[in-house]
This record gives sequence, structure tokens and C-alpha cells, in this order.
Amino acid sequence: MKKKNPSGKGRLRRERGIHLFFFSVAFASITVLGLILVFLFMEGIPIFKDVSFKDFLFGKYWYPTDDPPDFGIFPLVIASISVTALSSLISIPLGVMTAVYLAECASYRVREWVKPAVELLAALPSVVIGFFGMVVVAPFLQDVLDIPTGLNLFNASLMLAFMSIPTICSISEDAIFSVPKELKEASMSLGATHWETIWRVILPASISGVCTAVILGMSRAIGETMVVLMVAGGATMIPTSIFDPVRPMPAGIAAEMAEAPFRGDHYHALFATGIILFLFTMLFNLAADYISNKYRQVGSATL
Amino acid sequence: MKSRPTVMFVLSLYLCFAATNVWAGNIAIKGSTTVLPIAQKIAEIYMKQNPDVKISISGGGSGNGIKALIDGSTDIANSSRFIKSKEVKLAVEKGTYPVPFAVAYDCIVPVVHPSNPIENLTLAQLRTIYKGEIKNWKQLGGHDRPVVVISRDTSSGTYEVWHKIAMENERVFPGALLQASNGAIVQAVSTNKNAIGYIGIGYMEPSVKALMVDQIKGSEETTLNGTYPISRPLYMFTAGWPERGTLKFINFVVHPQKGQRHVADAGFVPLY
Repeated sequence: MKKKNPSGKGRLRRERGIHLFFFSVAFASITVLGLILVFLFMEGIPIFKDVSFKDFLFGKYWYPTDDPPDFGIFPLVIASISVTALSSLISIPLGVMTAVYLAECASYRVREWVKPAVELLAALPSVVIGFFGMVVVAPFLQDVLDIPTGLNLFNASLMLAFMSIPTICSISEDAIFSVPKELKEASMSLGATHWETIWRVILPASISGVCTAVILGMSRAIGETMVVLMVAGGATMIPTSIFDPVRPMPAGIAAEMAEAPFRGDHYHALFATGIILFLFTMLFNLAADYISNKYRQVGSATL
Repeated sequence: MKSRPTVMFVLSLYLCFAATNVWAGNIAIKGSTTVLPIAQKIAEIYMKQNPDVKISISGGGSGNGIKALIDGSTDIANSSRFIKSKEVKLAVEKGTYPVPFAVAYDCIVPVVHPSNPIENLTLAQLRTIYKGEIKNWKQLGGHDRPVVVISRDTSSGTYEVWHKIAMENERVFPGALLQASNGAIVQAVSTNKNAIGYIGIGYMEPSVKALMVDQIKGSEETTLNGTYPISRPLYMFTAGWPERGTLKFINFVVHPQKGQRHVADAGFVPLY
């Protein structure tokens, strides 16, 4: 066989080379990510020598530089969860409804214009959104609602919603648009109205894509740093109203990391906060992965 | 044959030049963002007068500056606080001994929105405000408005001074808002009629109103004669007593007619 095809050996070698090349590229990038993860845990774990995991996660006071210090990140965790939840309440309906409009109602020309425009919103740097929230939205909220400060949970959620709407809208639109035509045609021919078709047929058929979109949008919100640092207010208290200032985990890390003494308790505590944050985002991504696999639609047969 | 001595000459000249460059040195400065504008201003003038010296300056905070000094990745660490005993210990373990040089004074001033009628607060009043015990400006003789307390992140040097002097080491209550820089505090206070914050005097702007503390106005004079309570020295640290280029630069910085003249330009209080 080798004799029949003189170039076969060379081709085979080249093929193997290319294999090796791609393998090493993939291996390198995964290794780097893995090492970052190892570093995160190495720098974060030592805090648990001084503070028990329970006191760290559920402690109500965060006074890292006091003597003796208090390392309780419960207010930060609650802040992250509440900001993410509130921003999802705003961004999910808006994002999904925009996606339904674009995929189902909008004319071809409108769709071709609006979709890139929405996706362009995702390109807005978060610091710009944060600045907008700080300079425009905060004074506006203060004056209109007569609240003590405009830098609060609500403002941060609003800004985060702006950031996650493009993600949610764009991915859900893809999912909704790719629902097979025959499903829609079948539904219509049975006498269902357009609305009934959207609600009963198209949305259920695209639910896996929409859920993935929602979770990716939420994980963007929980990991976002600049916006919450600028507009959430930064108080380390457990909020009692949506107009209280809060400090989500990323804001806490960003604000304090620069001046925390190297390899000190404070430094380790900030890395440990990073671990908790990482666990949250990983949970979101695993959920997205699980849902997109479990409810995957294969053609029209599985509806 | 003729070209060889020329080459040698050029080479030795180059080596000489390279060597002097090493002696005159590139000076790396890193650390506190509070000291940054002072270092920048003085380094600019120093480099103009000594064109063979290159000074690279970066921020990152007092902690990071001292960290870099201990690592040996910087020649001078800017710090808005004195070195901590933990950091000294770490440095000594690594075989260096950090030496402090006071280069200027910072004066920290409580600020409110210009529409706030209050002119003076006592240190005790400031303390109760920051402990979250005063909820309304009416309690201090102001308008009937809620008090919004703005503080700095707990690891900043400005917070540390505030915590030590104004708070007498008591805790700022958890409901206080946090801003990560002097500029951000000015921004937040100028857009909120209810707010009170504190900033370095170098960041004072007409969009916010400075308050007197114990009837004393924060200024250059009151800082230097020690009557204004909330002031602090700012430092440059070197690893061991400075040598050569670094020594020359430090001497320039603390010289009353040279470096110190420009401290005021950067918005701080000079030593003399």
C-alpha cells in the first residue's frame, strides 16, 4: 500500500503533526486555566486555618483590617444573590420578549437591523455602563424616588440587566428562530392563532436554548465587577429593601485587593471570596450545560 | 586593520555609556495612589534635569508598593501609611530592611454637598455619624434629611487614617457606602445632598464643601502646626539605605527648594 502511494507516508506524518499541534494548543490553554484554578485555591484555602468555613460564609461582619479582624462574607454573598436575582427579574422578560418579537413578529428588514443593534449593546464596556449609572441614574433615582442614595441594589440591578439583556436576547433569538418551520405551520393549520403558536409550540420547543441564554445572562451578572463596584454603593450590610446600598463579592474583591498586604489574612480572605464566587458561576454554567443537554430538541420528533 | 581599533573604541564607549546608565540607574517607583501625583510631578522635573535617568512610576496601592519593594521589583515604594510590622517581618526574612522617608503631609477633610448648611463638626460627632448613630442631619442642626455615610474601602490608606484618628479605632458601621478612590467620593458626594464623605485635601473640588473639624479648617498651615487633627505623613520606602541614583532622587524629593516646592502643586502639604 505504501508503495502504491508514494506520498502516503508524508501525508500521514503531516496529519499526525497537525494532530499534535492542535492537541498541544488545546492542552496549553486548558493547563493555563487549570493553573489559575490551582493558584486561586492555593491562595484562598489558608484563610480557613484562622476562620472556620462556616464563620467565613455565614459571618455577618466584614472588617478585614481591624484588630482582631472579622472575615464574614455573608453580606457580600447575599448582595451578589439579590443583585443577580433582581437584575434577572428585569432582564429575563425583556430579553426573551425582545427575542420573540425579533424571531416571530418583526419583518425581515427590522430583524436585520435590530438584532445587530442589540448585540452591539453587549459590546458596551462595563465601565461605561457603570459611569452612566453613577452619574445619570443615581441622581435621577434620588430625586424621583426621594431615597437617601441612588447608589443601591436597585440601580446596580438595573445596570446589570442592561448588560445581560443582549446575551439573553441574542441567544434566545437564535434558539427561537431555529424552531423547525413545520411545527409552526402545523400549529397554524390546526387553527391556533399566532400568539397561541408562540406560547404553546414555539417557546416550549426552544426552551432549552432560552434557558441556556437566561443562565448565561445571569452568570454574566453575578461575575460582573466594574458596574457593581461603581453603582451598588458598597455597604457591607444585609439589605432590607431594594434601595439599600450593597456590596456584591466581585466589588469587594476589586476594591480591596490592591492594598491588601501580600499573603496576609486579608489577602487570603479575598481569594477565598473568589473561590466562593467561582463556585457560584460554575454552578450556573453546569446548570446551563445540563439544561441544554436534557431538553435538547432534535427536529420536531421530540416535542 | 584600521577598522578594528575603531570598533573597539566604539564598543568600549558603548560599554562605558551602558555602565553609567546602570549607575545613574532606572528608578522604579510603585505604590500608593495618594502619593502617585507627588511622585509623578517630582520625577518629571528630576528627569528633565537629569536626562540620563529614567523613572517609571506605577500605582497599585501602598500594600502593593511595599510588596514590590520586598520582592525587589521596585526601588522605591510609595506609601500613605507607615509600614506594618508583618511587612517588616517579611522584608527582614527576605534580607532587606525598609527605610522610611516622609515626603509630604496629607490632610483628610470631611466633605458634604454644597447645599448642606453645616460648617463644623467635632471629632466626636464625626465618630457618631460614622458609627451609624446619627440618621438625620436635623440631629446636627441641619436640614431634615437622612444622612448617607460614604467611606473608603477598608484597605485604603485614607480609610486607615480615618479609622485611627476620626474613629479612634472604632468600626465604621456596615451600612456606610464604599467608594474605591478619592475621586469617586467627590463624585458621589457632589451628586447627593444627603452625603458625607472624606477625601485628601489634594482632591478638594468646588463641587463639594469641606467641613471644619473641632472648629479648625483643614489647610497647609493647620496640618504643619499639628492643630488639624486628621492629617498624616506620606512616605517613600527604600530597601535599605538608598544608594546612588535612588539616593540622589530621594534627596531631591525632600529638598525644600527642589522636590518639596512641587508637593503643593500636586495638591498636598509640603514638609516645610
